[in-house]
Order: sequence, then C-alpha cells, then structure tokens
Amino acid sequence: MLNRDEDILQAAETWQKQGHGVALATVVETWGSAPRPAGSSLVINDDGTFLGSVSGGCVEGAVVTEALDVIASGQPKMLEFGVADETAWNVGLSCGGTIRVFVEKVG
Amino acid sequence: MKLEILKELNAERAARRPVIIVTDTANGDQRLVKAADIAADPLRAELSKQLRMGKSGNVEVSGKKLFLNVYAPTAKLVIIGAVHISQALAPLARSLDYDVTVVDPRTAFASPERFPDVPLVAEWPDVALPPLNVDHYTAFVAVTHDPKIDDPALLHAFDRGCFYIGALGSRKTHAKRAERLRAQGAKDSDIARIHAPIGLDIGAVSPSEIAVAIMAEITAQLRLPPKQKEEAA
Repeated sequence: MLNRDEDILQAAETWQKQGHGVALATVVETWGSAPRPAGSSLVINDDGTFLGSVSGGCVEGAVVTEALDVIASGQPKMLEFGVADETAWNVGLSCGGTIRVFVEKVG
Repeated sequence: MKLEILKELNAERAARRPVIIVTDTANGDQRLVKAADIAADPLRAELSKQLRMGKSGNVEVSGKKLFLNVYAPTAKLVIIGAVHISQALAPLARSLDYDVTVVDPRTAFASPERFPDVPLVAEWPDVALPPLNVDHYTAFVAVTHDPKIDDPALLHAFDRGCFYIGALGSRKTHAKRAERLRAQGAKDSDIARIHAPIGLDIGAVSPSEIAVAIMAEITAQLRLPPKQKEEAA
C-alpha cells in the first residue's frame, strides 16, 4: 500500500497542528465488489490536499469536494457512491460496488 | 474526530496497541476504546469479535447505528532458523500480510540467495532479537533444531507475550527442550505455551506443507475465539 493508514492519521494530526482545517473520510460500509474495505480512510485539508484512499481513485474527487464543505460547516456527512445509472458514472464505481463514506471534521 | 481522540489513536498505534474507534454515524459522536479496556465495555462482545477478526464493521445497539473502526497492528512473524522450511514459510507468511524477519547466526543459511526479499538477521538471538521489538502481535517460530539457537530465542519470546510460539521437533525432542528451558528458569506455564510438534496436524510432509500447517495454526491463534482456540490447539 502506498499510503499506510498510520501515515494518513499522522498527517491529519500534523495538518491540524499547523492550523489547517482537516477532514477525515472513512469507508463505513461496502456492498458488492468495492475496491477498499470498511475502515479505509482519506484525510483532506482546506487546501484540497489529500492522502489515502476510499475507493482506489473513482470517487476521491467527489469526497474531497464534500470534505471541504464539512471542514467549513463542522457537520459530519454520510456519502453514498455506486453505479446507479448511466449518468452516475462520473462519480460512480466502475467495479459495480457501492460504498458509504462517513466524512467528519478533525478537531 | 476530536483532536484528543486522534492524538490518542496515533499514540496507541505507534505503540502497536490495538484500538477501536466507535462512531455514531447519525450524529458523529465518537469514543476510543483501547484493547485493554474492552473487557469492561458495554459493547465488549461486539468489540472483541471485530478486533479478533481485525475487521471494521457496523453494529446496531438500542436503535443506534455504530461504526466500529478497528486499528490493529500488522502482525509480525519472527522465524528463528534460515532452514528449508523457512524458505517456504517466509513467502507464505508475507502473502498473509505478516511482517517477516528471519534470524539465524549461521551465515551459510542466512544468505540473501536463499531468502530473496526477506529481512535477514545473521546474528545470535541475544543480539538479533531486542531490536525487533517482539510483542503481543508477534508470532514466533523456532525451527533450527539447534538448542544453542532455539532455546535463548524461546526464552526471549516468553518475556514478550507473543500470541503464538511454535518450535520444531517431535514430542521426544520437545520433552528434552522443556527440561532444558526449565533448567534455565522458564516457568511451566511458559513452556506450555509452545506449540510442539509445530503446526496443525494435517499430515504435512514437505517443507511447504509444514509451512502451511504452521501458518494454519498461527491463523487459528490469531482469529479464533479463546474457547475454540483451546480445542484447535
């Protein structure tokens, strides 16, 4: 694995200490052939910089956008991604699985 | 996640102690449960099950949907003896996600040609083992058949609370080993922790089959609940 979870969570702590707004996104549920198991996480700071992965690349962009909202509002959010229909392809999982991602602010 | 929880999580992980973060996904309420505190926790059954499996998951408790995120350290496997069995055991253990180290002071055995891509320490156990930080999340296997190497290594493993200790040798060989270890001050309860003959009894013959038997036994110790574990041993 490129980014081990320990590096990700350490980065979250470091960014927080540096005064960044930070959010943590965690896969909490998966159905079908999801690429990353429950517990996988992504940390995002208010620059839009992120580390880790929740899907192997398919939905990270959308998670980062939502995470910036969570950093601003402080309110946690539950996101769901899957291949619902053709139009969902842009933010869907090409593998056909469905995942739920919990996004929360750190601090 | 509150900063205090994140800090505590990072500290526990750095110390290779398992932790579970319990999150109420409806409102974001969160708490951290250390492995040592699970027994006294209202969710002890659910927490210990998830931790044993090393898997995060959801539970529903009195109408609340809780996400249990398990942070378990990567299990280590320390193999004493760069022998034929170890050549099969090391890659098998790596495919099961163990951090593997092979220790053998005999440089003819502990050669990179025989063990490509596996960390090798060609030192005696007293020098090799302390820096490896053998701990509760370590499986420890002694397979040199040489008491000068295996015995001090096993004494080290007793002190470190390894979740699995196995040693190669027949019942007769093991009886002699137990005598020697006792003479060196080992407690009976420590000696009883050694799995010997090593590995599940699957009729293994070749080094690769013995490696499978050993990894099966280690997996059982890591994953089975305590009662079933006793039955499997």
